[in-house]
Parts: sequence; C-alpha cells; structure tokens
Amino acid sequence: MAINYKDLSDEELLYGAKTCPGCGAPIAVRLALKILGARTFVCVTASCLGATTTVYPQTSFFVNNAIAAFPATASTIAGMSAAVEMQGLEDVTILGIAGDGGTADIGLQALSGLCERNDNVIFICYDNEAYMNTGIQRSSATPYGAWTTTSPVNETGTAKGETRIRKNLFDIVSAHRVPYCATASTSYPRDFMEKIAKAKNLKGTKFVHVHAPCPTGWGYPSEKTIEYGRLAVETGLWYLAEYENGKVTLNLAPKVFKPVESYLAPQRRFRHLKEEDFKVIEKQRDEEWALLKAKAAS
Amino acid sequence: MKPHLNKDFRFPTNEREMLFGSGGDTGNLTAVNSGWRTFRPVIDHGKCIRCLFCWTYCPDGVIGKEDTELTIDYDYCKGCGICANECPKQAISMIKEEK
Repeated sequence: MAINYKDLSDEELLYGAKTCPGCGAPIAVRLALKILGARTFVCVTASCLGATTTVYPQTSFFVNNAIAAFPATASTIAGMSAAVEMQGLEDVTILGIAGDGGTADIGLQALSGLCERNDNVIFICYDNEAYMNTGIQRSSATPYGAWTTTSPVNETGTAKGETRIRKNLFDIVSAHRVPYCATASTSYPRDFMEKIAKAKNLKGTKFVHVHAPCPTGWGYPSEKTIEYGRLAVETGLWYLAEYENGKVTLNLAPKVFKPVESYLAPQRRFRHLKEEDFKVIEKQRDEEWALLKAKAAS
Repeated sequence: MKPHLNKDFRFPTNEREMLFGSGGDTGNLTAVNSGWRTFRPVIDHGKCIRCLFCWTYCPDGVIGKEDTELTIDYDYCKGCGICANECPKQAISMIKEEK
C-alpha cells in the first residue's frame, strides 16, 4: 500500500503527551494510529509512553486504552483480542505498545506466548535502547559500548559501558513463525506506515520493532532525533527488514555504509569510545549484516 | 482539527468524583505544554512547499494541514525544533520566546 502524506487524516489520536521535546516514541505511535484509525484499542505497558500519556487527570490517547503491568502487555492484548472476538467486533484493531525493556527483557515470555498462540493483535516495540523512563538503565537492547547508569564508564578504562551485543528481537519473533514481523525507524515514516498498514490487513500476531531515538538518554539536542535515526540506518547499526511467509526481505540495504563515528561520536552515551572501539562495532555490524543478507537471499 | 484544552475540566472535590480504573474519558487534556518551550517555530509561508515533512515528523502532531497554509498549535508545541531541522526549504525558523 502506497502512503501519501496528503491523504492521511489530520486527526490526532495521541495528543498533548508529556514526553520530552524531540522524543521518538510519540512519532511512532501517532503515525501508527493514523493508519489504524479511531477503532483501535490500545494497551500500553509501564514505559515512557505509559507514564507520559496518563498524567492524572490528563489522558492523551483519544482511543480506548489500558495501562498494563510491566510484563503483561502481550497477555493483556491477548485477552482484549479474545474479548473482541467474543463480542463479534470485526472493525477493531488491538494494539499493544511497549518499550524495548517491556518487550525484550521483562515482557519477553508473554510476547513469546502471544506469538505462539497467534492471537490477532499488533505489537509495537518502540526501541530507545535503554530503560529511559526510570532514568537510563541498560536493557538487553542497549547497543555495545553505550553508557547507561548501570553500564558506567570510568577514566581508567576498566568500565567501558555496555559490554554485550544487543538482543536481536527481529530474529526472536520471526523464529516463532508469526504471520508478520518487521523492523522500522521513526526516521523512515513512509516505510513504517506501510508496514503498519500491511499488519492491519493480516490476521494473527503482527510485530513491528521501531527504532525511536531518545534525546535525553542518548545525549543529543532535541531537534536531531530524525537525523540520528536516519544515521543509524545509513551506518548499518539499524536495519529495515520484514519477515513474511517464512521469507526475510530487506527494505533498505545501503551499498556503502557511512562510517560508524558519524552516528556514534556526537552522542553523549558513546563519547568515551576510541578508534579501536569503533573497529569492534564495525566488525559486529558486518557480521550482523552477513547473517541478515544470507537470510534475505535464502 | 486538533484536540484542544478541556477548559471545563474541574479537579474532583470529593472521593465520589475521583476517576478510577476504567472511569474517565479518553483524550482529556487538562493542561497545555506550551510552557516547556524556549524557542518557537515560525513558518515562512512564502518558502513552504507543503512537502509535509514537518507534519509527519512532529512528535506532538501540532502542525495542521487542513487550511491552505500549514498551522502550528502553540498550546501543545514543545519547541523541540525537529520541524525546523528537517524542513528541506529552511522555511521554519526557531525564534526565542519572550515573556
């Protein structure tokens, strides 16, 4: 489905949220709700988005929404989809939204159960690469080398930020053989909205993992959110891919990657990195892409 | 049409009026976000080509496209500057707020 910005509704279904200026998460959610429309029932887990959209007495979602406990997004939307089916509501979309911690760490077993049962829902994971809501703690989606309050950096070089590579959620979810699984970025809104539109028309569990930069946690000026999201894709540290009918498709494969320094060096969380650390990150990236390309070719 | 501030909202005065659980409306805006702003975006309509990049990328969705010229809802704009940074024609400038 081709997306034309002119034809999209001007109606906002997420408005007035108390997110930091320049936050990536509301970009993802408002664009998704533009495609899904007002007949969407949303469940948000404990996350930045959950905390900022429901500051008592303000409610920023203009669709039905529930707040779930941290591990329970997937199980809550499974229940909602069962209820909708029982009542025979056919025009309703069930949407679960969680952050990377609520998906990859705390919410993972419920998500796995959801994918295995193949309940008819859409799950969006907005990935800002740490637990930003509680004050920048590392999650399993934090990239190698990143500073967080629980992966600190010191001057002697014994603590060098995050030491592990990030968990690959796209692989985990596509291994469940769900009908649809995709990665997207808020900096590529057309691609993201096309993926949401595709997910809307499919039955079963649909998973979209969207990269949403965080100016507060990553340490960059608020106006650069889109720029850094784009740089992450251009340097190959994030990718846009789709899994459908057992096949992986790459939506955007840069022929030549930009140097990783252009993305990493300006961010506060990576400013301790040295030349050899960039080499390590480049090596990890090339290995990741070799795997990804092999999967896309098969 | 953008949502707007609910001017009729009154805080509950006793426990019977409190909103609990599934009570309460969706989309109840009781406070504006404009006090967060240091710089305000101003569109130069002569340069604007209506590519709608600002409309798409705005995290708060404050840019309206229903009129012939793009509008900004200054009640909910936080002044992040994404619109000015992404505008391909540099038609949006960030101007310091003065009280």
